[in-house]
Amino acid sequence: MTIGDIAKLLDCEVLCCADRLDSEVHTACGSDMMSDVLAFVKDQAVLLTGLLNSQVVRTSEMMDIICIVFVRGKKPDESVVKLAGEKNISILSTSSRMFEACGILYENGLRGGS
Amino acid sequence: MSVLQLHYDVPGDDFTRAGEASSAIKNKLKQMGIAPDAIRNVAIATYEGEINMVIHANGGTIDVTIDADSVSLVLRDTGAGIPDVELAMREGYTTAKEEIRALGFGAGMGLPNMKKYTDEFELKSEVGKGTEVRMKVFLKK
Ligand SMILES: Nc1ncnc2c1ncn2[C@@H]1O[C@H](COP(=O)(O)OP(=O)(O)O)[C@@H](O)[C@H]1O
Ligand SMILES: [Mg+2]
Repeated sequence: MTIGDIAKLLDCEVLCCADRLDSEVHTACGSDMMSDVLAFVKDQAVLLTGLLNSQVVRTSEMMDIICIVFVRGKKPDESVVKLAGEKNISILSTSSRMFEACGILYENGLRGGS
Repeated sequence: MSVLQLHYDVPGDDFTRAGEASSAIKNKLKQMGIAPDAIRNVAIATYEGEINMVIHANGGTIDVTIDADSVSLVLRDTGAGIPDVELAMREGYTTAKEEIRALGFGAGMGLPNMKKYTDEFELKSEVGKGTEVRMKVFLKK
């Protein structure tokens, strides 16, 4: 699936990097603890989170995550969106909750990866 | 290949900027064409170390030396130090308060992660003086 497919499936608002909606993604992870993302994530391309600070973007950068989905209708500050733009990380916001959002993406073929 | 040395100051008073040094290091390694696996290992190690310097000390410095065989990292701070290093190295051990956990950190995985993702790891700390972490990632050919 592509980042654009995720945006459609979760009825997302695209906050940044709309020009990268064609990028293919195969794996995802969901977490509010960046420590856990750093400890357990391997090659996941998408991060679903309810945490809104700039370290979500930095953690994603370190782990080569190319798309962040903020759940529960949350939207980060402009500074966080700008930082993501500098790193070419797409930012989506969905009104779905974490469990629901992960379920919809799983049902449509996105996996947890190794 | 000649030896490249980089130095970064990590400000201790700005959580939002934590990770800037790690980002710069990662980009440098990418530009140099270092293998993605090695870059990932260095990225995790420096970022966890940088976060520790910001949340547990009052900032510090990162020195990076890149040669043909390895990336060496030295992280120094003049924070409160670690009273029991063996305990601090355990997975899940943390002294982070709830406010840090609310920011997404403080799972007690940082130091174990730094050790896990590097080929050499050495931590020296003195209470009241500060902490020094030396790490090395070998570049396989
Ligand atoms: N640079 C440092 N200065 C002082 N204490 C530190 C430093 N780094 C780590 N520590 C101590 O070691 C503990 C474990 O660190 P770590 O494994 O990174 O987990 P976390 O940062 O999630 O608490 C910390 O909670 C803290 O008490
Ligand atoms: Mg830590």
